[in-house]
Amino acid sequence: MDTQSKFFDEMFGGADQPRSPYSRYFDWFESEDPKELRKKSLEAEAFFRRIGITFNVYGQKGADERLIPFDIIPRIISAREWQRLEKGIEQRVRAINAFLHDIYHRQEIVRAGRLPQELIARNAAFEPKMIGVNPPGGVYTHIVGTDLVRTGENEFYVLEDNARTPSGVSYMLENRETMLQMFPELFTKLKVRPVSSYPQSLRRSLADCAPPAFDGDKPVIAVLTPGIHNSAYFEHAFLADQMGAELVEAHDMRIIDGRVAMRTTRGFTPIDVIYRRVDDEYLDPLNFRPDSLLGVPGILDVYKAGGITIANAPGTGIADDKALYSYMPDIIEFYTGEKAILQNVPTWRCSEPDSLKYVLDNLADLVVKEVHGSGGYGMLVGPAASKRELARFEKKLRARPGAYIAQPTLALSTVPIMTKKGLAPRHVDLRPFVLVSPQQVRITPGGLTRVALKEGSLVVNSSQGGGTKDTWVLGD
Amino acid sequence: MLGKTAGGLFWMFRYLERCENTARLIDAGWRIALTRLGDGDNEWESIINTAGIRDLYEQKYDDFDGAHAINFLLRDTDNPSSVLSSIGVARSNARLVRTALSAEVWEAVNGYWMAMKAALARPVSDRNLPKVLQEIRNQTAVVRGTLAGTMLRNDIYNFCRLGTFVERADNTARILDVKYYVLLPSASFVGSSMDNTQWENILRSVSAERAFGWLHGGDISAPAVADFLILDKRMPRSLAFCNEKIRGNLEHLQQDYGLRQPCQDFADAICAKYTGRHVDDVFEDGLHEFLEASIRDNQMLASHIENDFRFNG
Repeated sequence: MDTQSKFFDEMFGGADQPRSPYSRYFDWFESEDPKELRKKSLEAEAFFRRIGITFNVYGQKGADERLIPFDIIPRIISAREWQRLEKGIEQRVRAINAFLHDIYHRQEIVRAGRLPQELIARNAAFEPKMIGVNPPGGVYTHIVGTDLVRTGENEFYVLEDNARTPSGVSYMLENRETMLQMFPELFTKLKVRPVSSYPQSLRRSLADCAPPAFDGDKPVIAVLTPGIHNSAYFEHAFLADQMGAELVEAHDMRIIDGRVAMRTTRGFTPIDVIYRRVDDEYLDPLNFRPDSLLGVPGILDVYKAGGITIANAPGTGIADDKALYSYMPDIIEFYTGEKAILQNVPTWRCSEPDSLKYVLDNLADLVVKEVHGSGGYGMLVGPAASKRELARFEKKLRARPGAYIAQPTLALSTVPIMTKKGLAPRHVDLRPFVLVSPQQVRITPGGLTRVALKEGSLVVNSSQGGGTKDTWVLGD
Repeated sequence: MLGKTAGGLFWMFRYLERCENTARLIDAGWRIALTRLGDGDNEWESIINTAGIRDLYEQKYDDFDGAHAINFLLRDTDNPSSVLSSIGVARSNARLVRTALSAEVWEAVNGYWMAMKAALARPVSDRNLPKVLQEIRNQTAVVRGTLAGTMLRNDIYNFCRLGTFVERADNTARILDVKYYVLLPSASFVGSSMDNTQWENILRSVSAERAFGWLHGGDISAPAVADFLILDKRMPRSLAFCNEKIRGNLEHLQQDYGLRQPCQDFADAICAKYTGRHVDDVFEDGLHEFLEASIRDNQMLASHIENDFRFNG
């Protein structure tokens, strides 16, 4: 397959001609010994293993901790490109917070006829217990990871908004750390904007949302993890460590005098802000799933009474629900009065009979996703699927059309990776990380670039064999 | 600090200590096997006894062959005290308490675990055993060095040290208890070559043969060895030393937290049993009884610490 004609190559404009953001990097690359660079690749892996940046894979018996493969060729974004992305992301995140406030209060958007009532009322991601609740500081989504894909010079699409508990930020930070250690000279040649202040910004954003019950001089912040076996445990520990926060599990906490308190060696200490990396349904066995061992019984009641801030707020999942995704341009316009700066991927809602028919007729060309799925599980990539897989998915679609949406197979841009035979283009996406406080929206210049390591593959998820790259946003 | 974190630190360092002690036992057994003139595998039997894993061992083997014993002590994951199991538990506790450790300590423990997984992937041949044991000693030294050099001297450090000394006291008492008959002045073996081997075994299994020689010259006698390993506060593996350290770390926690805990009374009472005590009195009261009581005290103290600092809720 001639990839050059079909996909946008971010590094090369024509045959071996680097585009402008990459020109300095490419000069350096050309002057390096390829053998030495490949050696550096191996060094990077040893480095990651030694510091223990690993993840656990679900559904594999006896699976060991695995590394997400890291590629040493950076993905580079120009200052101008980044400015536009930044504006678009901020607009989107502000709209999402306004939308969440509205949807849990007066539901003006439904009254205005811009969003069907049943999409809210019958949606499992809508949390009735949040109706009328005002989160401290008015913030619903303290942390957002907006998934972007690129298909051309100026064409960026938002693939997902990830407004629940987006992960991957530790890779953004460690990838940069690794690059700094391996290629310090590059950072003196190129003005790469730093990402290292993310943990401090996160801490500040969370502290700015302290609950009414907070009365000390520094809010006590804790990161709630499902535990050591969770696939993202490394990240939970990493963030707690970097923020100087406690890393807690459900059994470390108890409700005392209307506060959620953690069991310390000196007794029980109230927590002001909890950055939870546990899904809504497991958060509170009294209010949500009663069988959950990962949550704190009654934490939602403490939250409603102003005793604690939960980040992100319960019920934010309605904003990144795949069934609602196709309405995002309307949602943005409704709350900001502006047209969406970043495009949405055209989406067929399989719940609609005409769309379903189209999807079934064109299944081999489409990507079909479960409305409530994540991490690339339970997804069909039409062009890459066998006849058998297509037939199986067709059955699923007919049985539960409302559970699926479909999108065209996007011509994802490529960035080269280092292979044994030299540079080779691979498809990428981008997840910038956004922090929301009552005062401002902070977007770290960079993010997590995920890359499909298999030639021609469009699936970048780490659980499906994807890798990562350091993402450089240039300063000028 | 979270109670869970304190517990994780405590157990992390117990298992690191156990790892080292197991390796030291293997070293002792192996050297004695090399220098022994007679036949029979009784040294390995007593080493399996010392490690407190005889029942588990016998479920697997019906002899005390050196290769079996070494494999069981070094890399059998059915043995929770094997080097490979211990470093696995230590590292998993380190992951749990990662936010409390300096990056250097974490990397040292993680590096230790990686090195052991690689070195112990297959049975270790006699030829490679010294290299593997050397590697264990080196890795242990790195962890200890990063702890000493990079950690704040606060409550986190105290819980690390408590784990180390609780485990070490248990280890020393067990080694002595299994061998207590050697120390009894029954005189029947005194001066025989069998006797010398046993002395060497005891001292070597706590890496103290040189230190003992230094302090006592050629005067190897039962009371001197017992005194050295039980009452000598200069000896970093003696019961008196370990218990003083435990008491000191608890006192530090008291100053830090502004609260005296019940476990401190218990620790004080234990220390009083060693202070000003003469080794003859120990023999008079019965060495075996004394050591058994020490092991029990140590277990009780550990569970007091666990409760007082809310390791488990």
